[in-house]
Amino acid sequence: MSEFLQHLINMLVLGGTYALLGIGLTLIFGIMNVVNFTHGVLYTFGAYIMFIVVHQLGVNFFLALPLAVVAGWLLGAAIELILLRPLRGSDIDTTMLVMIGAWIAMQSGALWIWGGVAKSVTTPFPEAPLVLGPVSVSWLRLFVLAAAAMLIVVTYLLINRTKLGCAMRATFQDHDTASLMGVNVDMIYTSTFAIGSSLAAAAGALLGPVYVIFPQMGDLAAVKAFAIVILGGLGNITGAVIGGFILALAEELGAGYVSSGYRDAMGFLIIIAVLIFKPTGLFARSERVG
Amino acid sequence: MTWTFRLAPAIALAAALLGGTADAQTIKIGVNEPLTGAFAASGTYVVNGAKIAADEINAKGGILGKKIELVIEDNKSNPTEAAAVAEKLITSDKVPVLMGAWGSSLTLAVMPKLMEYEVPMVVETSSSGKITTTGNPYVFRISPPSAIEAAAFKGIVDKLELKKVDFLIINNDWGRGTAEDFSKMMKEKGITVGVVETMDQGAQDMSAQLSKLKGTDSETIIVTTAVDQLTLIFKQAAALGLKKRIITTGGSQNPDQIIAQAGAAANGTMHLTTFLPWFPDKTPNPEATNYFIAEWKKRGFDFAGCTESFRGYDGIRTVAAAIEKAGKAEPAAIKAAMWDINIKGLNGDIVFRKSGPAGKESGQSQPNVYLIEITDGKIGMKTL
Repeated sequence: MSEFLQHLINMLVLGGTYALLGIGLTLIFGIMNVVNFTHGVLYTFGAYIMFIVVHQLGVNFFLALPLAVVAGWLLGAAIELILLRPLRGSDIDTTMLVMIGAWIAMQSGALWIWGGVAKSVTTPFPEAPLVLGPVSVSWLRLFVLAAAAMLIVVTYLLINRTKLGCAMRATFQDHDTASLMGVNVDMIYTSTFAIGSSLAAAAGALLGPVYVIFPQMGDLAAVKAFAIVILGGLGNITGAVIGGFILALAEELGAGYVSSGYRDAMGFLIIIAVLIFKPTGLFARSERVG
Repeated sequence: MTWTFRLAPAIALAAALLGGTADAQTIKIGVNEPLTGAFAASGTYVVNGAKIAADEINAKGGILGKKIELVIEDNKSNPTEAAAVAEKLITSDKVPVLMGAWGSSLTLAVMPKLMEYEVPMVVETSSSGKITTTGNPYVFRISPPSAIEAAAFKGIVDKLELKKVDFLIINNDWGRGTAEDFSKMMKEKGITVGVVETMDQGAQDMSAQLSKLKGTDSETIIVTTAVDQLTLIFKQAAALGLKKRIITTGGSQNPDQIIAQAGAAANGTMHLTTFLPWFPDKTPNPEATNYFIAEWKKRGFDFAGCTESFRGYDGIRTVAAAIEKAGKAEPAAIKAAMWDINIKGLNGDIVFRKSGPAGKESGQSQPNVYLIEITDGKIGMKTL
């Protein structure tokens, strides 16, 4: 029983971070319809910004987090302006190829700048875990869970309750009509991509200190993010959050009670099942066609 | 425009001549290591150690009157790439001998290429038993296979009062081979073997496996993987309140890096290792060890990397000794000469003994294995 409770706690902590990974991608992939292969690199970028700001500039851990988010926002805006804006209107394959190129180039850049040896970020949290009866959890992971929850709520409110969010949704539903209604469409494209990117960087900045930081760390994160987005339905923030927790639960129970050798396979078995039986994702809203 | 046409063949000729002379002046050694991917840290250390050996040999005039040249390729921690890189080194760079490929799965992927092109390779790190028992006569291993590690460990299991052990292993040939060889040894000693948990080589979150291990009635966990995953395991085990004894195998622990990155979580852990840079005087070859450590520090590398990089240093010195003995830089001659070398490695004498099926034996040297323990962020030696 205590082992089961520990698995549930692990699931909560892991699910929170998966959800954070998922919502950034669902904005870009789901709403903008750009297959964003740079999502993992932006995750890596956020983690390295944490390392630089905390260890090389000596800034406080809690101040470094927003800096990493801002850096992710700027890099995302730059990618949109330089790579995606000239390609607007071209087919999805062209954009996808360019994004794959950007992913490889940026990952190689990270390797060139920081080398392949993993870095680790020291945190102000105590090493001794919080013990609650039979289960225990690290303070850092709890903080990450809380920060992720906050970011998820902020993003949800931004998309559903603000004028910018309204303009975003309008733009990606019908680009021409939104433009006629006075929406600055170019600005919306850039800000959506930048917000999605800053969420990826935030996930990296939060999880980099939990794990270790190395140039390819984003690859696995990106694979999971795509899985979560497909699970939750494209463009659905609530779906991405629930998808994140489902993936975490499948992995945790799969590793705990089936076989740890197939841990990563568990999540993908669910995805295959979802794609077969409900291809639009578990929580897809009815989509407007045409 | 006419000069371009006249110049072009001249340049081509000059390039061919220069290329030709460069070839004749150096002896190439192919180095096939993971410089990116899951084992990037370890592979980079091995390459840096290899460079120290090459520079040392070249400073003393090289071998057979020629300088040696390392042709270094990245196998990306990926077996498919490792085989492709070996093929490229042999066919395009025309290296007569290789060193590689760090991981057991990487080395096993390269081995058919050695058979195909009849080129020998010194295996510097891999520990899966399969490498020297499947009948590949081009393989010469200087690292201990997990059976040697298990045999060395056998002497201390009574003192450690092991009763029941679980395993947490990397899910590849290295991890599975270790679990097999150690389980066999444990059972002979009357120790119960509990569960064997695995993790993907790129996995970063092992909480699920550790939660399961926390719930079993074993008192010890044998862990096999490289430094980055070990760091994460110690941190995550501490976060879960897992208080069992952890003993790691494989010699790719870089204990100083673990202490630096896992902090207090590393205290109380024990590690089977193959080099003692902390106690140079206790190594089989103190003079060479001191030289190597001094050179490593002089180049500004992290001291933590010593436990890994010495393999590259010994590997290249082994290759160089074989070329010298062969008297020519040709694969068949080097392969034959491997059986006659006897050099003082940083971890014992490197002399190859026959291993595997008769008629197509691989070479295996018998390096030392040590057990160290981390206490209060310091490394101490345990006698085996």
